[in-house]
Amino acid sequence: MAIDQIRGGRKIGRYILLVVMAVIVLFPIYVMAIGALKPGNKVLENPLLPSNITFGTLTRAWRSGQLGRAMVNSTVVAVVVTVAQVVTSVLAAYSFVFLKFPGRTVVFVLFLATLLVPLEATLTVNRRTMQSLGWLNSYRGLTVPFLATAFGIFMIRQVFLTIPKEMREAASMDGLGHLGFLREVAVPLSRPTIGALALFAFLTSWNQYLWPVLVTTDSDYNTVQTGLAALKKASLSQPNLVIAGTVIIALPIFIVLISFQRQLVRGLTAGAVKG
Amino acid sequence: MANVRLQNLTKQFDGVTAVDGVDLDVADREFMILLGPSGCGKSTLLRMIAGLEDPTEGEVFIGDTKVNDILPKERDVAMVFQSYALYPHKTVRANIEFPLKVRKVPKAERAAAATAAAESLGLGDYMERKPGALSGGQRQRVALARAIVRDPAVFCMDEPLSNLDAKLRAETRAELIALHQRLKSTFIYVTHDQVEAMTMGSRIAVMLRGKIEQVGTPQEVYDRPASVFIAQFVGTPPMNILPAGSIEPGDHLVGVRPEHVHIVADGQLSMTVTLVEQLGHELLVTGMVGDRRVIVRQAAHSAVPAIGAEVRIAADAADRHRFDPVTERRIDE
Repeated sequence: MAIDQIRGGRKIGRYILLVVMAVIVLFPIYVMAIGALKPGNKVLENPLLPSNITFGTLTRAWRSGQLGRAMVNSTVVAVVVTVAQVVTSVLAAYSFVFLKFPGRTVVFVLFLATLLVPLEATLTVNRRTMQSLGWLNSYRGLTVPFLATAFGIFMIRQVFLTIPKEMREAASMDGLGHLGFLREVAVPLSRPTIGALALFAFLTSWNQYLWPVLVTTDSDYNTVQTGLAALKKASLSQPNLVIAGTVIIALPIFIVLISFQRQLVRGLTAGAVKG
Repeated sequence: MANVRLQNLTKQFDGVTAVDGVDLDVADREFMILLGPSGCGKSTLLRMIAGLEDPTEGEVFIGDTKVNDILPKERDVAMVFQSYALYPHKTVRANIEFPLKVRKVPKAERAAAATAAAESLGLGDYMERKPGALSGGQRQRVALARAIVRDPAVFCMDEPLSNLDAKLRAETRAELIALHQRLKSTFIYVTHDQVEAMTMGSRIAVMLRGKIEQVGTPQEVYDRPASVFIAQFVGTPPMNILPAGSIEPGDHLVGVRPEHVHIVADGQLSMTVTLVEQLGHELLVTGMVGDRRVIVRQAAHSAVPAIGAEVRIAADAADRHRFDPVTERRIDE
């Protein structure tokens, strides 16, 4: 009986802690959502309470920030980057796990070493490369430097390493070549991790700010983040417009995250426990 | 259907020799067992036959064809792995059909073949389950069905029963023997379990340190072991090895199976009893002759000697095996 009481008490304690953490995380989002639904002159009045609800602010932010165009651009960039990162990571990871070639470990370590180089260190050089290739103000400039990542390769390699060697051998006895094994066995078995990588790639690409600022000057190539920055600059006296813009560009991410949260968690914890 | 011939087959890994110049002929439809302790090279030998390892030296023939440069999938060999190597995301049906699907066999044909293979192994009710929902024995049968469905010339099996419990292992042993008789294919089967080797094989090739020590029928290997190693590896309990000059004159080692040692009043040797094991169907009496341990197999209801008692033991000359004390090879009279 006493043990049950202790367990019950601990459970209540854990739930209280979770509720407090949830409130801390959700509070700014709530304030943002309320702010986006208020008219400009009311935004600072009772910021925590919904009053004078209107969708006009959202419509104005959408129009003045040209957020429709920015969302199309960001979607194109994020989809291209996501698909490319998944394809290159899966292929490279496969070769690091299932193919034997001289210097395999050295090449993999070199790939990993690139994770140690901060993005800021490569910005100038990459920007110059884009300029010399004539890729400024283009989708190529926004996407090509991000088509492959060492992080993605590492992540997929780790999950491929959990596939027993005998399974590859059984497949080769069954008549499958490397691409067949990748398609029929390795990828289906690694789906949660590949899904998580895709989600990360999409989120990272969607939220990129610094690189688009460096390689685009034409507002036709604004992404959601540069579009939002432009909106902020243009509406300094109307902070609610920026809040509304933030809500608009966060919505797709919110939907993607909620739709794939199970995939994300499974991918992050894959291989963490045996069995 | 095909015979398998190995000529001077050698495999080295980073300078370490795993298989050392093996010559072996496996007849068509034979059930050949590769038997040996861990690390003796038996699995490597099997993998070279299947094409999963390239020989460093030597040749592999399946039928009349040299297959060294032929891909595993084109050798007409099926392999059953110790871990079963089933595809966990596919159903039992999809696992069994898979080799045929890869070979682009029409859907209806492969479905019929998979059903037939599954039903022959009692898997008919599990076709839509995934391997994770099956017991070890059922998984092992799926692996067998996946091999059978291809109707290969040669079956290679790498310790397929080692993950099963003792009861299931005994049952599956009998099923494999029946399967071999039904399929009339060549089976090459790797095991370190001498009971499996004795009960299943048409012939046994006993391996040690990458070499084949002896090839023969299970009875030949048991009755006339070619070396002290085989004498002690094949047979439970192992053969007793007595020092030179102890039971008979000469400078050779003498081996006697436990069932051929008798406790008699006028035996040649004195033994101090250290352990008595009543197994129900027999009685094992263990004792020391000098510094050598000797096991005597007695009938179940024989008189039980006391621990610490001195008994006399004897063995008929015809039941003794003689081995060179240096090479430990059999000395044939």
